[in-house]
Amino acid sequence: MKINKSALVMTLYILFLMLPIYWLINMSLKTNQEILSGFSLWPENLTFDNYLVIFTDASWYGGYINSITYVLMNTVISISVALPAAYAFSRYNFMGDKHLFFWLLTNRMAPPAVFALPFFQLYSSIGLFDTHIAVALAHTLFNVPLAVWILEGFMRGVPKEIDETAYIDGYGFFTFFRKIFMPLIASGVGVAAFFCFMFSWVELLLSRTLTSVDAKSIAATMTRTVSASGLDWGVLAAAGVLTIIPGALVIYFVRNHIARGFALGRV
Amino acid sequence: MRKTTNQKAWFMVLPMLVLVAFSAIIPLMTVVNYSVQDTFGNNEFFWVGLEWFEEILASERVHDALIRQIIFTLIILAIEVPLGIFVALNMPKKSGLWTTLCLVLIALPLLIPWNVVGTIWQIFGRIDIGLLGYMLDQLGFDYNYTQDATDAWITIIIMDVWHWTSLVVLLCYAGLKSIPDAYYQAAKIDQASRWSIFRYIELPKMKGVLLIAILLRFMDSFMIYTEPFVVTGGGPGNATTFLSIDLVKMAIGQFDLGPAAAFSLIYFLVILLISWVFYTVMVQSDKGAGA
Amino acid sequence: MAKITLSNLAHSYQKNPETENDYALKTLNHVWEDGAAYALLGPSGCGKTTLLNIISGLLKPSKGQVLFNEQDVTEKKTAERNIAQVFQFPVVYDTMTVYENLAFPLKNRNLKPAYIESRVHEIARIIDAEDILTKKAKELTADIKQKISLGRGLVREDVNAILFDEPLTVIDPHMKWQLRTQLKALHQNLGHTMIYVTHDQTEALTFADKVVVMSMGVVVQIGTPEELFEKPQHTFVGYFIGSPGMNILNADVVGNKAIIGNHEIILNNGYKNLQGKLELGIRPEYVRLTDNPDDLPITINRVEDVGHYKIVRATHQGQDINIILKEETGISENMRYVSFDKARTNIYTDDWLVTP
Repeated sequence: MKINKSALVMTLYILFLMLPIYWLINMSLKTNQEILSGFSLWPENLTFDNYLVIFTDASWYGGYINSITYVLMNTVISISVALPAAYAFSRYNFMGDKHLFFWLLTNRMAPPAVFALPFFQLYSSIGLFDTHIAVALAHTLFNVPLAVWILEGFMRGVPKEIDETAYIDGYGFFTFFRKIFMPLIASGVGVAAFFCFMFSWVELLLSRTLTSVDAKSIAATMTRTVSASGLDWGVLAAAGVLTIIPGALVIYFVRNHIARGFALGRV
Repeated sequence: MRKTTNQKAWFMVLPMLVLVAFSAIIPLMTVVNYSVQDTFGNNEFFWVGLEWFEEILASERVHDALIRQIIFTLIILAIEVPLGIFVALNMPKKSGLWTTLCLVLIALPLLIPWNVVGTIWQIFGRIDIGLLGYMLDQLGFDYNYTQDATDAWITIIIMDVWHWTSLVVLLCYAGLKSIPDAYYQAAKIDQASRWSIFRYIELPKMKGVLLIAILLRFMDSFMIYTEPFVVTGGGPGNATTFLSIDLVKMAIGQFDLGPAAAFSLIYFLVILLISWVFYTVMVQSDKGAGA
Repeated sequence: MAKITLSNLAHSYQKNPETENDYALKTLNHVWEDGAAYALLGPSGCGKTTLLNIISGLLKPSKGQVLFNEQDVTEKKTAERNIAQVFQFPVVYDTMTVYENLAFPLKNRNLKPAYIESRVHEIARIIDAEDILTKKAKELTADIKQKISLGRGLVREDVNAILFDEPLTVIDPHMKWQLRTQLKALHQNLGHTMIYVTHDQTEALTFADKVVVMSMGVVVQIGTPEELFEKPQHTFVGYFIGSPGMNILNADVVGNKAIIGNHEIILNNGYKNLQGKLELGIRPEYVRLTDNPDDLPITINRVEDVGHYKIVRATHQGQDINIILKEETGISENMRYVSFDKARTNIYTDDWLVTP
């Protein structure tokens, strides 16, 4: 009886989550004519034309390539600077460490809207406007603090004795870090990378402000299409569906770490 | 954990520091710079002191946006936190296919680009082509989020609940999973009621992650921009113009750099202040759990 | 307080157990006498926790019944069985004070406040926690927390039985001894039926009137500490109880002679037609070191002096033989033989004791 009640709650909640997504998929498989002419719960004239538009038009599929490019760049940059920093925070006391850590976290609290304009001017002035690296660097603003925080949580879970034993066994710092420490916090690195990917992938404001043509993200492409051509609902829905897929794939890969991951290693 | 004092640790922090300084301090200095100057164009600036700050603090437009922002954040916290806990308590306990399915589907909304979340709800709520809008219309409700301020608010709140409750669910679920079976068994033996189990076993164990959840939800909802921007554009009128939307309008729409910069700094400080309180409480409770 | 009867009880964690090996707990009939103190002893994974959880109702057995005073409670929930249980790790309600923790099981049963108060103070006195009653439970150390869990187990007077699941694992050695003594005294005062699960033989032997030894899901012997020592029903008991355990030697038995290697030993009793794997069991305490060439020749490998006695580690044709000697006993060069105390020599076929 109790199990049934729980299952019912879960089913209802998941239904609530899936219905809008289903509706998007439903629309992406209809022609514009069908969308606007009447109301139907499923496509009556199933069509893949909307997807065809996206895969054949460079301004559409280019958006995906641009987004993936800067998201990956950002993930690599964020994790590589966060690893040594998180190690230092988890293992050592040093002057100003607590203040530094809090200051770092404040960057996660900074509204992107505050930074949009200054970023635009900064990257324009050094000639990086409309490049992938500009967006990747801009996103480090909130991803590096998050990555440090997550990694620090996981690293704190690794007993310090392991470091000491490794040094006694004659490992140098770098060999120790690569061969012993990294495998131990592998899931933490995975979780941190997942979050960097996630927040960089879902962000719109900065990526739109910092790009115009060459590095235009899919999110920006979508919002601009709405305002320009107005009502191409089918293609818009198809583009939306395609942006969900990378996220779904990433979730599938980390499915066994989701719970601990979202607790940022602090459970 | 026992830590050793080592000033050389600064070298490990250095790359991170340089990077974040580049993306945070330089832009922030630009903002501070603008906030105390005015310009007539041609890159001629002159010192105006705290005038912009005074203007922003007295501005009715900013006040209204701030009040809307606070109400919005309070409403979504009041819905998402209890709902998230409730769903987490009903998550399947044993691992298996059903659990994995639940986890993956629940996490899905979190990975959708924010503008697409906006698009989804923009479509979903339309009375001509959206399931929700159409249904409500058929049921006789006078629902139209582009015209009616209340409808716009309801739509945006449901959207945010849809988008972010899962974060609270996953955090609480992680907290619940860390409770050993023996606690539940002891509770059975002590004849504890369902409420007592929640109050004395589950809630204390969830406290840490719950604080993280509330902190994250507070920060992110206070900075919300993309989703309402796509759905309502801040309208109808200014009904859903929250702080970030207002700021972007001011800075990029009207190019009022000085007031926008002052606005930015005040905005940032407010978030910082509230988050600092949360952070202090969190660190405190972290210590409590470790003892 | 109740007599607990286990009737044809068996449990498997699989849905459709087929062979005997699928059962974590193999078919078992046993009566736990009212008011007695039992210890359930065995190595990790032998099924003792499974058995305990079946009695407390946290687990439903695949087969058989559990009876409390002749009343079938197999289908009843834990709360209805009115038992108390103390777990391996301290289970306390962190946000409550010590007082609230102890009062919790009583409050849930809607007892009178005046009674609750006097009872909590009484238990606090017994577990020596009177001065920390107002402290929050999360501020306590692990062993104090465990004392509070013990207290919560003892606080109800009318319980049918109190079950302990290795409750002293996290406690400091000197506290262990103290708590065990207190438990024993409590048992004598309160007269509850107590079942105490442990893998530590000292704990089991000092606490219990009767010890139930389990191995691989089977109860191999139920007896007083003395019976377990003198007449182990199974080679496992001989080996598990005692330090070092019983010497178990491969032997052939014909009539009243046991043949080890090519040496004959005369037994007190005659045995007929023994089949299967035959072994001779003798406690190290009952082995004598001699210089008589008619006895069993051995090679001494090592002598360990453990204070008040010596352990001689020896072998005979590759089979280990341990001998316990009094501290003052000297070992001379030509003491290269052992003889066994005939009255304490046991014969086992396929690991089970044979009665002559």
